[in-house]
Amino acid sequence: MRNPRRTEKIAFFFLFLATLLIVIPVGLIVVIIIQKGLPAINWQFLSDMPRQGMRSGGIFPAIVGTIYLVLGAIIFALPIGLLAAIYLSEYSKDNFLTRIIKLAIVNLAGVPSVVYGLFGLALFVVFFKFGASILSGALTLGIMILPIIITASREALESVPDSFREVSLSLGASKWQTIRHIVLPNAIPGILTGTILGLGRAAGETAPILFTVAAFYLPRLPKSIFDQVMALPYHLYVISTQVPNVDEKIRYGTALVLLALVLFMNLIAIIIRYQFRKRKKW
Amino acid sequence: MEKVKVEGLNAYFSNIHALKGINISIKEKKVTAIIGPSGCGKSTFIRCINRLHEVVPHAKVSGRILFDGKDIYSSAIDPIEIRRRIGMVFQRPNPFPVLSIYDNVAAGLKLNGMKRKDDLDEIVEKTLKMAALWDEVKNKLNASGVSLSGGQQQRLCIARTLAVKPEVILFDEPCSALDPISTAKIEELIFQLKENYTIIIVTHNMQQAARVSDYTSFFLLGELVEFGKTQDIFTAPKDKRTEAYITGRFG
Ligand SMILES: Nc1ncnc2c1ncn2[C@@H]1O[C@H](COP(=O)(O)OP(=O)(O)OP(=O)(O)O)[C@@H](O)[C@H]1O
Ligand SMILES: [Mg+2]
Repeated sequence: MRNPRRTEKIAFFFLFLATLLIVIPVGLIVVIIIQKGLPAINWQFLSDMPRQGMRSGGIFPAIVGTIYLVLGAIIFALPIGLLAAIYLSEYSKDNFLTRIIKLAIVNLAGVPSVVYGLFGLALFVVFFKFGASILSGALTLGIMILPIIITASREALESVPDSFREVSLSLGASKWQTIRHIVLPNAIPGILTGTILGLGRAAGETAPILFTVAAFYLPRLPKSIFDQVMALPYHLYVISTQVPNVDEKIRYGTALVLLALVLFMNLIAIIIRYQFRKRKKW
Repeated sequence: MEKVKVEGLNAYFSNIHALKGINISIKEKKVTAIIGPSGCGKSTFIRCINRLHEVVPHAKVSGRILFDGKDIYSSAIDPIEIRRRIGMVFQRPNPFPVLSIYDNVAAGLKLNGMKRKDDLDEIVEKTLKMAALWDEVKNKLNASGVSLSGGQQQRLCIARTLAVKPEVILFDEPCSALDPISTAKIEELIFQLKENYTIIIVTHNMQQAARVSDYTSFFLLGELVEFGKTQDIFTAPKDKRTEAYITGRFG
């Protein structure tokens, strides 16, 4: 005899186990990074140039570089991604071609980042002659996160009930006015979620910046968007594998700063999103 | 005086033929009720009148609808202009959730480019009074539109529609989501509005049609079965099917 309550309990147990399996490693990673990295964190570490072949001093240029790259990528990808999403969800006809395009965009989000790196190298560094520079790196990261932003924005726009569009049209608004004043404000939380995801990915990836911008060791700040910069993920890779005898706490300290930076940027987006959510109920 | 004259109207959803050769003439400053069983095309019919049917993907319309003698489906006519002059109140109260009560009422005006605060204030107050909502909301105009009760939300939606000064107002089952007291308030409101507006109201509620309307039309399976003075339809229907429907024997 099968007992449905027993079956349910067993199912719950396995679901719980699966959740634990995810939570424990993530928790452990965070704990270890904090534990090993925190001793390295002080004002000098955050604000000073690297010294002695990156074995001491700070990581300031890498922090600045990562912030520039992430901001550059968002400035490039958010407007284009949003416009594309608006076109795809509000204007394009639902036909075979549109469906192929949507599918392609969703799949682009899964392309390995090193492929974007090579693409950026060929297009921005070599073809457009931007060289290895903030511009090339930010554009490459921007292209990498475009599919994420488009897909999330499209889903956010499509989740706005049609009844809102119809009310707006019934009041004599044009289609664009309806999108601009009624649909977009209701979709902003979802669009920001996509931006958060893109932001985290742009901040953390090494491969796309490897060929397009990242400097191995450059203890000064960039003067223009055509300069190279150091960036946290690449710096972490360098001091972990390429430079011998780097103190463990500097490595973990760098990882901790990267983690904190991503969380901090996410926090800002979450706060903005929360402000909009508060007013939205239906 | 006839305000809207519908001639040979057909409406389609891709391959569904939802309205079949409708002819009807709507009198100015009267209330015309549309009754009929679910799915017979009532909503589709009124959505053709303000050209909202065509925004549904793969939806089509043929035939003519004369509004003040001009065909609203002629290519020279801008649907935006038509929608401004023929307002609509929907079945479910649907204030914009991201907008305040004030902005909900002002939404149509702002979208149409009115900016001056004084003008907006005046119209918002006037239309909220017309919708019999002013006293209930005058102290919380900045609260969210969805913070009101269902009945209040529906009156807010009516105010929002009135604010753009339409000549015709289409109501699609405006009371079906409301309690009896809110329903009575809206019916009272419709009664007052017909002094100045031509009103078409879809309703499932036979008593409501009898109470508020001057003319009634009975739709069945996408066809107009009978149209006439409300009194005649309810006391002496000419068609067997109308009689069966209003006496509750089917539908
Ligand atoms: N978006 C749509 N796509 C396809 N068919 C539709 C759509 N909307 C309505 N229909 C069909 O058109 C016909 C008329 O629908 P309509 O909504 O006008 O009926 P109604 O009389 O308003 O019904 P109710 O009283 O339930 O609101 C129905 O057969 C319905 O299935
Ligand atoms: Mg309907």
